Amino acid sequence: MAAEPQTAAPEARAFWSGTITFGLVSVPVDLYPAVRSERVPLRLLGPDGQPLVRRYFCSADGEPLEPDDIVRGYEWDDGSFTTVTDEELDALAPEKSRDIDLRRFVKREEIPAELLERPYVLAPAGESTKAYHLLAQTMERTGRAGVATFVMRGKEYLAAIFAEGGLLRAVTMRFVDELRTPGDVGLPPVRRAPAPVRKAFERALAELERDDLDLAELEDEYSAALRELAEEKRAAGRDVVEVEEAPAEEEETADVIDIMAVLKQRVAGERREPARAGPDTAAKKAPRKSGKRASGERAEELERLSKQALYERAKALDVPNRSKLSKEELIAALRKAG
Amino acid sequence: MPARAMWKADLGIGDMRIPVKLYAAVQDRSVHFRLLHAADATPVKQQMVDPETGEPVPKEALQRAVQVERGVFVVLTKDELEALEPAPSRDITVERVLRREKVDLRWFDRPYYLGPDGDEDGYFGLAEALAGRDSIGIAHWTMRKKRYSGALHSRGGYLMLETMRHAEELVRIESIRPPKSREPDAREIKLAEQLIATLEDKFDPAAYRDEHREQVLALLERKAEGKVVQFPKAAKRPPQRSLEEALEASLAAGKKRAGGGRGR
Repeated sequence: MAAEPQTAAPEARAFWSGTITFGLVSVPVDLYPAVRSERVPLRLLGPDGQPLVRRYFCSADGEPLEPDDIVRGYEWDDGSFTTVTDEELDALAPEKSRDIDLRRFVKREEIPAELLERPYVLAPAGESTKAYHLLAQTMERTGRAGVATFVMRGKEYLAAIFAEGGLLRAVTMRFVDELRTPGDVGLPPVRRAPAPVRKAFERALAELERDDLDLAELEDEYSAALRELAEEKRAAGRDVVEVEEAPAEEEETADVIDIMAVLKQRVAGERREPARAGPDTAAKKAPRKSGKRASGERAEELERLSKQALYERAKALDVPNRSKLSKEELIAALRKAG
Repeated sequence: MPARAMWKADLGIGDMRIPVKLYAAVQDRSVHFRLLHAADATPVKQQMVDPETGEPVPKEALQRAVQVERGVFVVLTKDELEALEPAPSRDITVERVLRREKVDLRWFDRPYYLGPDGDEDGYFGLAEALAGRDSIGIAHWTMRKKRYSGALHSRGGYLMLETMRHAEELVRIESIRPPKSREPDAREIKLAEQLIATLEDKFDPAAYRDEHREQVLALLERKAEGKVVQFPKAAKRPPQRSLEEALEASLAAGKKRAGGGRGR
């Protein structure tokens, strides 16, 4: 591990900070993603092994562009564009929508799985965690989930708020018009299957029934194989490139560990202490610069990431329209979001 | 217009097999933007550039590498990368079946519909059996050179397949437990329960619309017409009172509104 100054781990930055309103009770919370990417990103090198960076060029005159030269445009059917600034988009989301307004509670099991999109953890953020604990405990005991809309990074979200183990969690949900119906897809009308067929499947299911999920079944075999092959070749000294100016890699693992540390403290009500990774996580902790990075450096790092890695980051940051963005659009969007 | 199937497969549960078609259940409704060069409003293009020279590197000269340590890259050849790709297959295999409540919803990523492809009896028979046993099948398949894990379940009489996240992807928050000393007092718990009860309703997904998306589109239309755009002002939050007072005031306000409209 590199000998970097590491007096205190930097507190993981919340993706979003807002307030749950529950009647007239306000519960300030910070939102952290509950999923992370563990995929091994492939990096692009030049013919001499030099790590490359991504740059934008004007498609008309081939002129290289700086981030300030780039704007977002919406394309109409006739091929014309209307440009829009981040300020204009932000102004559409007034501060009020930083509230997760819990005006509706439903039975947990009424929320359909196919609407659930992305899980987050809500950590208590205020001076007092009393209201947070009260809400979490009451929801859990009564088996209720809250449903609310809120705006995060320029997009409106529908979210289900669950309470489990004393923690509040938010899962963003798809709006109902984002989910096709069986009719939209063109599936035939449901009809009853012959009883012997159903029974044969019931027997087949019963035979395969187990008590629990086997996490080994959910392992990312491709990433593991990629990592293994790279390590093998390195040990054999084949196709290894060492770069003097080592580009800073994203330390997602460190972020995640910090989130755990933050959560543990917040939930215990120790708000003012800086986050510090516990002994169980210290060994795994990757080196990470303390303090804020210069934005220029951050931009450089983005250039060096693969599209998949950029996409994963865009996903974590909830960059809108990310699946439709090209690599350079992802970089620009991440710069704006970061 | 019916959607086109993305993929055709053989779904295998033990010895039983059914031919199925796979359809995306999610349709993208987001407002998409393109990146433009501000000066002439033309779309930008991307190129990989040598940071030393500023020269673009042509596609055929690019090498793919894994960073094994900061500043140490191992180049993987095209052949090596291809050899790692999973073998193509038409099989969706289910080898583990669990009761629905055993599967944490956080594993679920993206839903797909399965449709029958010539054996409706088998298709609806399996859907009925899954629903009847309140079970989920853990499925594995290879689609477009990628391995997937997913949850096979029944929804409204149809089969759905939800892709599942990888084991390493979920942050293990289960280990965090609030201390016992943080128990709220009985009076507050009672008030909170009453407040939740007054706000209780059936879940109706149709009651929620993406109003922000509509606002973005309206903004773009107004701008395209050359109109001046006005923005709403933020509302102020009322001052916070004590927890118990706030709960009581909420309940009182709720009673006054007695059965008010479907709020959001």
